[in-house]
Amino acid sequence: MRAGFIRALMDLAKTDERIFLLVGDVGYSLVEPFAQGFPRRFINVGIAEQNMMGIATGLAMSGKIVFAYSLANFPTFRCVEQIRNDVCYHNANVKIVASGGGLVYGALGVTHHVTEDLAIMRALPNMTVIAPGDPIEAALATREAAEFPGPCYLRLARTGDPVVHEAVPDFQIGKAITVRNGDDITLVASGGILYNTVQAAKQLEQKGIKPRVLSMHTVKPLDAEALLAAATETKAIITIEEHSIIGGLGGAVAEVLAESGISGIAFRRVGIKDCFCFEVGSQAYLCKYYSLSAEDIVNEAIHLLKGV
Amino acid sequence: MSEISVEKYQALARQTRVRVLRMIHRAQSSHVGTSLSAADLLTVLYNRVLRLDPARPDWPDRDRFILSKGHGCAVVYAVLAEKGFFPRDWLETFYLDGSHLPGHITRSVPGVEASTGSLGHGLSIGCGMALVGKREEQPYRVFVLLSDGECDEGSTWEAALFAPHHHLDNIIAIVDYNKIQSFGTVKEVLDLEPLASKWQAFGWATREIDGHDFEQIEKALLSVPFEPGRPSCIIAHTVKGKGVSFMEGQLAWHYKPPNDEQLAQALAELGVFG
Ligand SMILES: [Mg+2]
Repeated sequence: MRAGFIRALMDLAKTDERIFLLVGDVGYSLVEPFAQGFPRRFINVGIAEQNMMGIATGLAMSGKIVFAYSLANFPTFRCVEQIRNDVCYHNANVKIVASGGGLVYGALGVTHHVTEDLAIMRALPNMTVIAPGDPIEAALATREAAEFPGPCYLRLARTGDPVVHEAVPDFQIGKAITVRNGDDITLVASGGILYNTVQAAKQLEQKGIKPRVLSMHTVKPLDAEALLAAATETKAIITIEEHSIIGGLGGAVAEVLAESGISGIAFRRVGIKDCFCFEVGSQAYLCKYYSLSAEDIVNEAIHLLKGV
Repeated sequence: MSEISVEKYQALARQTRVRVLRMIHRAQSSHVGTSLSAADLLTVLYNRVLRLDPARPDWPDRDRFILSKGHGCAVVYAVLAEKGFFPRDWLETFYLDGSHLPGHITRSVPGVEASTGSLGHGLSIGCGMALVGKREEQPYRVFVLLSDGECDEGSTWEAALFAPHHHLDNIIAIVDYNKIQSFGTVKEVLDLEPLASKWQAFGWATREIDGHDFEQIEKALLSVPFEPGRPSCIIAHTVKGKGVSFMEGQLAWHYKPPNDEQLAQALAELGVFG
């Protein structure tokens, strides 16, 4: 996703002089082409994320489109008040980009696990929250975010994430992508876990279950229309995210469903269950450990469908 | 802008203090001391230094002024109204239900560049504006007024590192060093001394002035940047509550508003009777 992001940003910067890239002393072997190609529109602010968000706001208030990039929780939790008061309160044209979303930094430990960001960013007024599902979506999301006037949070995974889409999908902020169609159960995923979700869907199909898969790349504003269609056209809904089950995709979908007036929807949230991931291991290992593997999603789906 | 005599500055500042006292009395709000300590600095800034056009608050070449100590908004609102950025009768609604003027400075008010209120934000926003000005060779300058208390915030020092590194000689930090913060004197709570040396060591061309001496304020503000290629810092030694004898240097006036009797006494000290 990182490569998709930087390539799209380079393309944008070539034609739009307003594009700036700020980094918090990160981006080794990623952002160098941008720094060399557009030295007057690149700033490494140092390890100072609070200042980065203030600078980004000041740049945006001077007519720039600012991408502020850092890793893990650094561009969100470290500076959440600057994001609220500076970026969002001023409705500044700042795109906050976090690399390493979810459990990407697995063995680096809890400080580097990005597992509550969607909940926090979603709560901020004026903020649009996007977690692309694969590298293709990441590039499209970067372009859409640049076009969109106002604060965006873009949660990326890593370099070399698996590609999910066989063709370039129609990508619009706030519009879910239907990755597979079916009418038994709907699997709704945000972020890189879309890959496991599609793997799970394939396994379910082999068992004769027809799942619908939605890439809910925009967590806010949420595509309520796609969800309500799923709630009426399929028997059950499962949300899948590399994030706490509190307040992120699962929470957002639950809010829509609970207020929809549609009764008897079978619903489950697959995610990290309000805990820190103390287990040591890679992203794949931790996803398995915390029940986010394709097999776990399959089991959850079968279990949920038994009850309907 | 044309020259202004000390007498004229004094009259303007007195009028601003009277307005501030009336606003805070009417609203029964807080932070009168911090508005009074900055009144003389703002009088010189808005009448002699800042290149502004009240009819065009978004004129691209205007100087930017950011009040980073957002709780000191009353004095800025009073000055902006005097300069014609918005109707003067708005001041009578300050802090009250349905007003345009909240108790921390807000960008929706004409003439206000940035919303602040949480300390340690303004200098970073100013650095972003100054960076664009510098890289695109635009004529505007960015003035940021900080409190001494917000020099406790780490983010202030992140911004203080940034500006000299990028040679932002178009940004000017002014510290309203009134020696009192929220819960005590600066010396008691978290001593900033030697404050001027700290800014100097961070790379800012730094001068210390008496923040109530109009000649010193004007001289400093008209000679920025103090050194080409470096940001300027003015440590303005001020008195919290300046101009009202019983408010001067008193922590309580960070919080309490004057009652009717105290207002009358304060106004009398400023030459307004009845
Ligand atoms: Mg103070």
